Amino acid sequence: MLERTIESYGQGIPYLENTRVKGRLIVIEGPDASGRSTQVAMLTSKLEADGHAVLNTGLRRSELISEGILEAKRNFVLGKRTLSLFYAADFADQLENKIIPALRSGYIVLADRYIYTLMSRDAVRGISTRWSHNLFGFAMKPHLVFYLEVDPNELVHRVFQKNSSLDYYESGADLGLSDNMFESFLIYQGLLAKQFRKLQKKYGLVPINGNRSIIEINKDLQKKIDDFLKN
Amino acid sequence: MVEGIDGSGKSTQIRLLEKWLISKGMRVFLTEWNSSELVKEITTKGKKKGRLTPTTFSLLHATDFADRYERNIFPLVHAGYIVLADRYVYTAYARDIVRGCDPRWVRQVYEFAIKPNITFYFGVPVDVASERILAGRPKLKYYEAGMDLNLSNDAYESYRIFQSRIIEQYESMAQSEGFVTIDGTSGIEEQQYLVRKKIMETIPECKSVRPLVKAQVL
Repeated sequence: MLERTIESYGQGIPYLENTRVKGRLIVIEGPDASGRSTQVAMLTSKLEADGHAVLNTGLRRSELISEGILEAKRNFVLGKRTLSLFYAADFADQLENKIIPALRSGYIVLADRYIYTLMSRDAVRGISTRWSHNLFGFAMKPHLVFYLEVDPNELVHRVFQKNSSLDYYESGADLGLSDNMFESFLIYQGLLAKQFRKLQKKYGLVPINGNRSIIEINKDLQKKIDDFLKN
Repeated sequence: MVEGIDGSGKSTQIRLLEKWLISKGMRVFLTEWNSSELVKEITTKGKKKGRLTPTTFSLLHATDFADRYERNIFPLVHAGYIVLADRYVYTAYARDIVRGCDPRWVRQVYEFAIKPNITFYFGVPVDVASERILAGRPKLKYYEAGMDLNLSNDAYESYRIFQSRIIEQYESMAQSEGFVTIDGTSGIEEQQYLVRKKIMETIPECKSVRPLVKAQVL
């Protein structure tokens, strides 16, 4: 693959300016239970079979910070801005210590969610999109971003199949949208989807119809990735 | 709010100010930089591992600040408290910029913070501050000395260069941000007198307190 200089959405990271990478950063975005992790696993196997070195990454996976976020969420103690910055710190740690070094060595980095999830969550919680955009001005622009779109009514059943219960945060229960957790989930996921559609236009996310079967979605994604890597 | 490099005497001054305001019956809250329990633990861990990049370091401090801001500063200011901050956003501006973060980015991250009514800046030459900090301390910590910036292999030399660059940043902000500059090399009582005088002039609630006679603090 050809070497490329990394680009960012804002000012970037001054001390990493003009960093050149041989690898490619591909992101799969989508709500919980949209099938992201399954797709990432399938794509990883196929890309490795094709001879590419692949690194998987995702949100809240930084060794340093992720524990702190989990602990804080368990105790419901963090304000929205604090949580937002905490996630950004976790992301920055992974970006600089994991993603960029792997890209430099020529890896294909498959990210199970990226800054867009963080931005849409914040927007739903009333944080200005301008502030979020500026905050992530240091983030590297991925080479390719997919967004798995799943209808909230379909999504809720997938969540039940997976866990038989709805997650507090994924249902937006902290927002007080409804006393009824099921209803809260539908409203919250609807709001997130709306934010994602805005981000889709602004950041060039490629929408993927996630209401289809795992195999169908995979074929679609794999073809788009293969085409991208060929060019 | 008080600002200044390590060893400038700002913490001593803000504590004396707090005592005075409490003695006058004011509702006061004092908050310190990097003191939120949850975040502090992580920053400490990361520092030990030596893997904190300037961007992560900056964002962790912003998280700490946001936590104290959302939990204490913002609600207390609205409830009419006098909030005293030992270091505020200017510390982030100065340090993060010296560490190599983009100046505009750092300011945008902290955009949500209210502008202080008064910011005291305690100016001291780097040698004086270093002497105060180093007195009785055989060793400097890695990040404290700015060793992550590769300024010098000698921790003391690195510390001095790092602190001088921070001073430069503070001084470049002093005018545009309207800092009240206090000479940090003058006597403790003298500095405190100037601080209290300025508070009385600026904060309406403090005008009603008995005028401060210099002799009272000396």
